[in-house]
Amino acid sequence: MEKRGLNKVDLIFEKVDPKEVLTIAFKMKRDDIIQQVLDSGLKGRGGAGFPTGLKWKYTAAVKDSEKYIVCNADEGEPGTFKDREILDKVAYKVYGGMVIAGKAIGAQKGVVYLRGEYRFMLPQLMKELESFHKLIHAIGFDFKINYCLGSGAYICGEESALFESIEGGRGEPRNKPPYPTTSGLFGKPTSINNVETLVTAMMIIKHGPESYSQLGTKDSRGSKVFSISGDTPTPGIFELELGMLVQEFVNEFGDGDTKAVQVGGASGFCVPRKKFASTVIGFEGVPTGGSMKLFNSSRSMYNVLHNYLDFFAEESCGQCTPCRVGCQQLLKGVEKVKKGEMKSTYLNELLKLADTMKVASKCGLGQSVGNAFRTIVENFREEIIY
Amino acid sequence: MINLSINGQRVSVQPGTTVLEAARKLNINIPTLCNHPDLCVAGNCRVCVVEQTGAKTLIAACAMPAAEGMDIHSNTLKVRNARKHIVELLLSEHRSDCTKCYKNQKCERQALANEFAFGDTIFLDLVEDHPYNIDRSSPAFIKDDSKCIHCQRCVRTCTELQQISAIAVANKGLHQKISSFHDRPMSHVVCTNCGQCVNRCPTGALVEKTYIDQVWDAIYDKDKHVIVQTAPAVRIALGEDLGYDPGERVTGKMVTALRQLGFDSVLDTDFTADLTIMEEGTELLGRLKKALVDGDKNIHFPMFTSCSPGWIKFIEHKYPEFLHNLSTCKSPQQMFGALAKTFFAQKMKIDPSKIVSVSIMPCTAKKYEADRPEMRASGYKDVDYVLTTRELAVMIKQAGIDFKNLEPSHYDSIMGTSTGAGVIFGATGGVMEAALRTAYEIVTGREVPFTNLNITPVRGMDGVKEASIKIEGTVKDWSFLEGAELKVAIAHGLTNANKLMRQVRKGKSPYHFIEIMACPGGCLGGGGQPIPTSMEIRKKRMKAVYAEDEHMTFRKSHENPEILSIYKEFLGKPNSHVAHELLHTHYTERESY
Repeated sequence: MEKRGLNKVDLIFEKVDPKEVLTIAFKMKRDDIIQQVLDSGLKGRGGAGFPTGLKWKYTAAVKDSEKYIVCNADEGEPGTFKDREILDKVAYKVYGGMVIAGKAIGAQKGVVYLRGEYRFMLPQLMKELESFHKLIHAIGFDFKINYCLGSGAYICGEESALFESIEGGRGEPRNKPPYPTTSGLFGKPTSINNVETLVTAMMIIKHGPESYSQLGTKDSRGSKVFSISGDTPTPGIFELELGMLVQEFVNEFGDGDTKAVQVGGASGFCVPRKKFASTVIGFEGVPTGGSMKLFNSSRSMYNVLHNYLDFFAEESCGQCTPCRVGCQQLLKGVEKVKKGEMKSTYLNELLKLADTMKVASKCGLGQSVGNAFRTIVENFREEIIY
Repeated sequence: MINLSINGQRVSVQPGTTVLEAARKLNINIPTLCNHPDLCVAGNCRVCVVEQTGAKTLIAACAMPAAEGMDIHSNTLKVRNARKHIVELLLSEHRSDCTKCYKNQKCERQALANEFAFGDTIFLDLVEDHPYNIDRSSPAFIKDDSKCIHCQRCVRTCTELQQISAIAVANKGLHQKISSFHDRPMSHVVCTNCGQCVNRCPTGALVEKTYIDQVWDAIYDKDKHVIVQTAPAVRIALGEDLGYDPGERVTGKMVTALRQLGFDSVLDTDFTADLTIMEEGTELLGRLKKALVDGDKNIHFPMFTSCSPGWIKFIEHKYPEFLHNLSTCKSPQQMFGALAKTFFAQKMKIDPSKIVSVSIMPCTAKKYEADRPEMRASGYKDVDYVLTTRELAVMIKQAGIDFKNLEPSHYDSIMGTSTGAGVIFGATGGVMEAALRTAYEIVTGREVPFTNLNITPVRGMDGVKEASIKIEGTVKDWSFLEGAELKVAIAHGLTNANKLMRQVRKGKSPYHFIEIMACPGGCLGGGGQPIPTSMEIRKKRMKAVYAEDEHMTFRKSHENPEILSIYKEFLGKPNSHVAHELLHTHYTERESY
C-alpha cells in the first residue's frame, strides 16, 4: 500500500496574484486546461471524488451556446467548515477557478450556491466579486458570476437538488441520467464543482500538473483541506497531503485517548482504533470531503450514531422510499435496541436495510447513510446494545 | 435502435425508451408504484429497481433510459431483497386499516404487499410517530395523510395535468407531506375538486367522499320518492368496475340495475344535456345578436361553456375577470335538479319535499357543485346526493346484482328521453358538437354541413382543438350572421384550459365560443370514473360515447320530443323568465391561492 505520512501543505491558502494566473489561463487553449487538470489527477473535493478534468471534458464536449459553472458552496456535511474558511480567506481563488473552468468548458455564466448559514459572509464576498469581475474583464474574459443562497437544507448540497433550488423548485434530487454535464442548471450543460476543487484547479494552472501530482498517492493525488473537530487539542482547518494513515493523523491531532475517527462526516465512515494503522485517508481507504471528527473514550458511540441518524431522518428530502423511511427505521430501530425493546440481533436486520438504502436510494444522501451506520454498528456493537 | 438484454432476452428499442418500457416489450413484469402513464417520471418509490451488470447501485427501471449493451436483471436476489424492503418500508409509514379502507382490494400498495411483502414485517410501525391529518373539508373527496405513501402522483397530477398546484410537497425528511397552501383545508384552497388526484392515488389517501349510505337510507325510506339521474359518461365506463373491458356500453343494464337498487324513478341527465344546448345555444346566439346588431358593449366574447364544475371553480379562482364570459347556464346535473323538484314534481304530483334527488356522475366536482348555495332554485337542495360512477358500482355489488346477466331496459319518462347530442357531452368536444348541431340549424334552417352530423374537427384527444364554420344561407331572423365565420375552440384538462385562457387574457383569443372540460378527455376521464385511467382507456371510452350517439333515434337536442314539450308546458321558450329562474346561475370570484 502506497502511503505518504503526514505532511502539511500550503496550496489552497497560498497567496497568488490572480492576474498572473488568469492571464496564463486566458492564453491557454481550452483542451490544454482540461488536459492539465486531467494530468494532475485532481478528484472532486466535495467528497464523491469524480475526476475534475473528466467532468470538464464531458461538459466541454456538449455543444450548447449556454453552459454553467456552478460552485457548490453549500457546505453542510456535519463537521466540515473548510469552504467557509476558503471563501473567507481566498474567495478570489474560488472565482479564479470558476473562470478557468468556464473557459475550459465554454461557459460564460457562473453561480456560487452559498450555504444559507453563510449569509453573513455575503457582503464581503460580493465586494470581492466586484473587483474580481473588473480584473477578469480587463484580462479579456467574458464571464460573470452570481450568488444564490441556500435555505438550510442539507440535501441542496446534492448537485441536482442544488440546481432545483437555484431554479426555484423544491430541493429534490433529479433522476440521473441525464447528468449535469449534459443537462444541469436550467437544463444546460453544467460543471458543478466544490469550492476547494476550483481553488485547486487554479493552483494546478499556476504550478503545473506535474508538481501537483507529486503530492498524494496514485488514487488520491494532491493535498486536501481538513476540517478537524471533536476531541482534539487542535481543532481547525489544516491542509494535508493525501495518503496518510489514520494513525498518523491521530498521532498529530488526537488527545491521546482517541477511540474512533469519523472520516467524511455523517455520510462518511467511522474508523475504530484497531484500524487506525491499516486505514489510509484517501480514495483507496476512507475518502473524505474534509470532515474529520475525533472521539475519545468518554464518548458514547450510540450517541454519535443516534445523532447522525437523527440528522439524516431530518435532512432526507423525503422523496424516495429507502431514504425517507429507511432513515426513520434505522433511528427508531437503534433506539429500541438500546432500550432493550428489540433484541440485539435486530441490528443485523437494520444492517440489511442499510444495504438496501445504499443500492436503492435515489441519490448520494440515502446511499451513504449506511456508511456511518455500518461502520459504527460493526465496530461498536456493544455500545449500541448496552 | 438501442440493443439491450433483460433477464437474458435481447430487445431493440427506440432511443428514449426506458428500461421499464423495454421490459414490458418483452412481457417482463417489473412492479411499479409512483409511475403513472399520464404523468412524468418521478423515480421516487424505487419499487421498480433492477440490477444493471457493472453498476454499483440498483437502477430505477422507470427512470433509466435504455442504453446500448445494457445487461439488466429484474429478478436477482439483490433486487428481490431491496424490493421487499422497499414495499415493507412503505407499509411501515402507512396506516394499514385495510379491511376498513374504501380502497380495500383496489389499492396498489396492498397489491404490492400481497406480492412481495406478505407475512410479518421486520420493520417498526412509524404511523404512530407522525401526527397526521384527515381532511374531510371538501364535499368531494377526503385526503387522509395517514395512508399517503408519498409517491407524489397527486402532486404531479395537480401541477402537470391541471396546473393548479392546490396540493404540493411540504417539509423534508420524516416531516415530508403532501400539503396545501399554508396547510389550509382543501375546501379553502384553489382545489377545483376535479378528482384527478383521486383517480391516480394508488392508496386510500385520496378518495371521493361517499354518500352511499345516505342514498341507501333514502331508498329504504318509504316516505321518500328517490329519483336518480345518470350522466352521459357513466354508461360508457360503469362496466369497467363490473367486469367489462373499457369501452363497453352498459346503458340498458345500468338502468335495470338502478331500478333493482330501488330508485323510484330512473331518469337521464342526457335530457338536461339537451336542455343545456337549447339554453346555451340560444344564449350564444343572443349574445351574438346583442353584440353585432345592438352594439351592446357589455357583451364579451368568447363565451365559455359552463357544464364542468371543475372548470367553473378554476376560472373563479384563476381568471375571475372573465366570469361574465361564462355561459350563465347551469350544468345539466343542476338543471335536472332544479326541474326534478319543480316540473317533475308537479307533473308526477309528488310533494317536492318528499323527493330525494340523486345523481350518478363521472365526477367528484359535481359533489361540490350540488352543495353550492346557488343550487337551490327549486326551494330545496336541487340535487341531494351525488355519487360517482365508482360508488354506483359499489352499490350494485353491495346489492348482489348479477350485472352481466341483467336485461337491458329504458329510462323512465318524463325527463328520461334524450338524443345523441346529449350523450356526446361525455367526451371532450361533445358540448361544442351538440351546440353546433342545434345552433347552425336554428340560424340556417339546415343541418350542419358535416357527414352524418359528425363534426369531426371537434373530436379527438388533442389538448386544444379548434374549428370554424362559415354561416351561409341564414333564415330571416339571423340574417345579420350571413357570411360570418363562427370560430370555436375546445380544451380538456386544465393545463390546456390555461393555454386558451392566457390567450383570452392577452386579448388575442380569436374565438366566439370555447368549450372547456376540467378533466382529460372530458367527462369520460372524470375524477369519479373507474380506476385506473390512461390515454388508452380514455380513447376506448371516447369511442363508446360516439357509438352511443350513432345508435340514438334523435341526434339533435332540439328534436328531443321531451324537450319540445317541456318548453311548451313549463318553460315557455329558451332563456325565458322561468328558464332563467331555474336553469341559469351566477359565479363567484375566489382567491387565487
